[in-house]
Amino acid sequence: MTGVISPRLALTDISKRYPGVVANDGISLKVFPGEIHALLGENGAGKSTLMKIVYGVTKPDAGTILWENRYQNINSPAEARRLGIGMVFQHFSLFETLTVAENIALALDRRIKPVLLAEQIRDVSVRYGLPIDPRRLVHSMSVGERQRVEIVRCLLQTPKLLIMDEPTSVLTPQAVLTLFETLRRLSAEGCSILYISHKLDEIRALCDTATVLRGGRVSGRAIPAKESNQSLARMMIGADLPECRLMENTIGEVRIGIQRLSLRTEDPFGTTLKDINLAVHSGEIVGIAGVSGNGQKELLAALSGETIVAQPQSVLIDGHPAGRLNPAQRRHLGLSFVPEERLGRGAVPPMSLSYNALLTGSRRGMLRSGIVRKAIMRAFARNVIDLFKVKCNQEYSAASSLSGGNLQKYIVGRETLLQPRAIIVAQPTWGVDVGASMLIRQALIDLRNRGVAVLVISEELEELFMISDRIAVLAQGRLSQPVLLSDTSVEQIGQWMSGQFDTIESEREENELVPA
Amino acid sequence: MYRLEKRPQPSAVMRVVSPLLAAVAMLVTGFVVFTLLGKDPAQAFYVFFIKPINTSYGFGELLLKASPLILCGLGLALCYRANVWNIGAEGHLTLGAITGGGVALWLGDSTSLFALPLMLLAGALGGAAWGAIPAWLRNRFHTNEILVSLMLVYIAQLLLSYLVHGPWRDPAGYNFPQSKAFGEAELLPMLIQQTRVNGSLVLALVLAGASWFFSEKTFAGFRLQVAGLAPAAAAYAGFSEKRNVWLVMLLSGASAGLAGVCEVAGPIGQLQASISPGYGFAAIIVAWVGRLHPLGVVLGGLLMSLLYLGGEAAQMQLALPSAVTGLFQGVLLFYLLAADIFINYRLRNTATATPPNAAPSSTEAGV
Repeated sequence: MTGVISPRLALTDISKRYPGVVANDGISLKVFPGEIHALLGENGAGKSTLMKIVYGVTKPDAGTILWENRYQNINSPAEARRLGIGMVFQHFSLFETLTVAENIALALDRRIKPVLLAEQIRDVSVRYGLPIDPRRLVHSMSVGERQRVEIVRCLLQTPKLLIMDEPTSVLTPQAVLTLFETLRRLSAEGCSILYISHKLDEIRALCDTATVLRGGRVSGRAIPAKESNQSLARMMIGADLPECRLMENTIGEVRIGIQRLSLRTEDPFGTTLKDINLAVHSGEIVGIAGVSGNGQKELLAALSGETIVAQPQSVLIDGHPAGRLNPAQRRHLGLSFVPEERLGRGAVPPMSLSYNALLTGSRRGMLRSGIVRKAIMRAFARNVIDLFKVKCNQEYSAASSLSGGNLQKYIVGRETLLQPRAIIVAQPTWGVDVGASMLIRQALIDLRNRGVAVLVISEELEELFMISDRIAVLAQGRLSQPVLLSDTSVEQIGQWMSGQFDTIESEREENELVPA
Repeated sequence: MYRLEKRPQPSAVMRVVSPLLAAVAMLVTGFVVFTLLGKDPAQAFYVFFIKPINTSYGFGELLLKASPLILCGLGLALCYRANVWNIGAEGHLTLGAITGGGVALWLGDSTSLFALPLMLLAGALGGAAWGAIPAWLRNRFHTNEILVSLMLVYIAQLLLSYLVHGPWRDPAGYNFPQSKAFGEAELLPMLIQQTRVNGSLVLALVLAGASWFFSEKTFAGFRLQVAGLAPAAAAYAGFSEKRNVWLVMLLSGASAGLAGVCEVAGPIGQLQASISPGYGFAAIIVAWVGRLHPLGVVLGGLLMSLLYLGGEAAQMQLALPSAVTGLFQGVLLFYLLAADIFINYRLRNTATATPPNAAPSSTEAGV
């Protein structure tokens, strides 16, 4: 950068505190025209808060925003858009029953004739390599396609600064590459990009500069291309990235069996499961990769018992037909389950941690003829808290008062201490900081080493490659054949994630006689 | 400028203070209403809230009317804790009166010691049966229990009306729509001399204790609470929603049915076309004012009972319409729901917060 160019956006000493937590503490950063600037940090480091301030969603308590050399209060997203700031959120805000064009029209600040709008959408989507059909209904689109809609929606406003909040968490590796091309093209045209992520490889591949946040403060500034993953991680978490290792392990009998599981969804926007077969043995971790929305929710519910399956033989737990059993009965057979949503499903938010132990642990001596034995319940909760280093006041703390990572540690710990014969874990480290992630992954590996069958469903390929013995892919309601980790690669799994594993399916085709 | 701000954690203090705030706001509203109606507020308040319970007889009336409110309120509190929106306690109460009263009429002038227990049992079963209908329809056909339980109230009332106008009418009753008076053995024993307080008060208090034990100590009570607080967590844990619906509807039906039979075996002493001034509906407010907690329901029942007495007194001595009771009941619930926002939110003065953008410093521009 030469001295002549002034920054497009300059933040100085931005602070924002919420009741009980300082989200941003004196953060400064500058973004120049055409720069792809990474905002790197763990969950809870304050990245999202800072971006919401830039986009006018929240107001800072202190600090100044300099936009194109002028001091600016950004009071609303509409004002931010007027200035030329666009933002693609991590969680999309699209109406599934409307078309692409209708969704975009709703979000525009000015009115455009529908015909013209459709044309503009086509123009922009072709120009930036984001093919979408404006007439398509959103519910029929994959998550990657929905993201394109969000991006096109921003591009229609010809932004000078585009904020992308964790954009790749929902994409296949191939789609990530496509997205990067689009972003590079935008930057070449002079658009600045603020790229929020905690994925080090991506940032090193894409971004020109990086500001690293830790605990609400700037903990480092770097040129990612000149850094290693280790050095970036040290800035981000203040320590080296810990590693998990899988040792050789002997594999035993099948503990979780899925046989010809087909399940028609009742949800109009759900996914129908088609002829799913899988065997998870004692002493192994099987990972299921795939972009969410491809049947993960439905498969998990069918395995946990929250959805009852017609054929008892479709789901086998420790050899017992379990298709028609409810979750409590399946738990009695030795199945533990960690759901994707922690608050409200894995835990009851306003209840204390000890009562949350009772939620699934009632069979472990916490009851005597229907009366709750509180001393035993509390002791169990304390045990979980100690063993899994859950940060909380005491076992009396409400589940809702814990951070996401701590609550996840508590839930994983609870399900682990129930001494399962098999455990199913959905998105084990979703929104969890690095330290807690490692502890959770290690807990799953320990279970495997003790001879428990572990099934992990995760969106994070990196994670699955770290902890799985075998890996399978769920795409469009079909499950691929599981493969040994040594026999596959990220590229192959990525390809399967878009549903291209026909060869494996057709081998089994002659057996497909089970009615849905 | 004051602004509502979400609390980091729900306030336990406000949970208790909110009903008190609501009661104070209700009194203030009453003050305004009395003034607008041209009554001396001080005298009106005295007539409404003090005079009815000034005497031991009056205080007895307070306890007497509180009993059915507590009985109905306990059952409804269980329902609401489990997210089952039963508003049909009035119907359960009516059916309890019909079945319990029917047993009394069938026994005639029996002097058996078992007469009264048998009536109470019949009343509880009658109420539970009426509660079973919305439970079954919801579990089987996903009907809405709010509508079904409410509509069943009117069916129960018409059934009672039919019975006292027709088959169960006292032949010696000068054609009045009422049954024969119950025998001595079929009436609840009096508790306190010179008042009308009867055994239903003991029943209500015992059931309040039982309800507390059930909610606080048992796994079944825990399951209900989980279902109410986080339905997805209940499904995840494998707590059957249908079983919960059955349980709370049967229990609340039974306790409201007891309230009904206690009314006809107590102060009324026979079956009439109308046996309740809306206790079953007022109990909805009792349950919420009582924070769905058994002890709270007892206190809420007493407050609501006072509103009934005050309303009667206001009619007689201040020549105010009977709607004044309903007015106070409604206003109380209204203020309670409004005050409850302070459990999760607090008021903050935004004027004291520092303005976000201070003056620009000269070192910044251009790099």
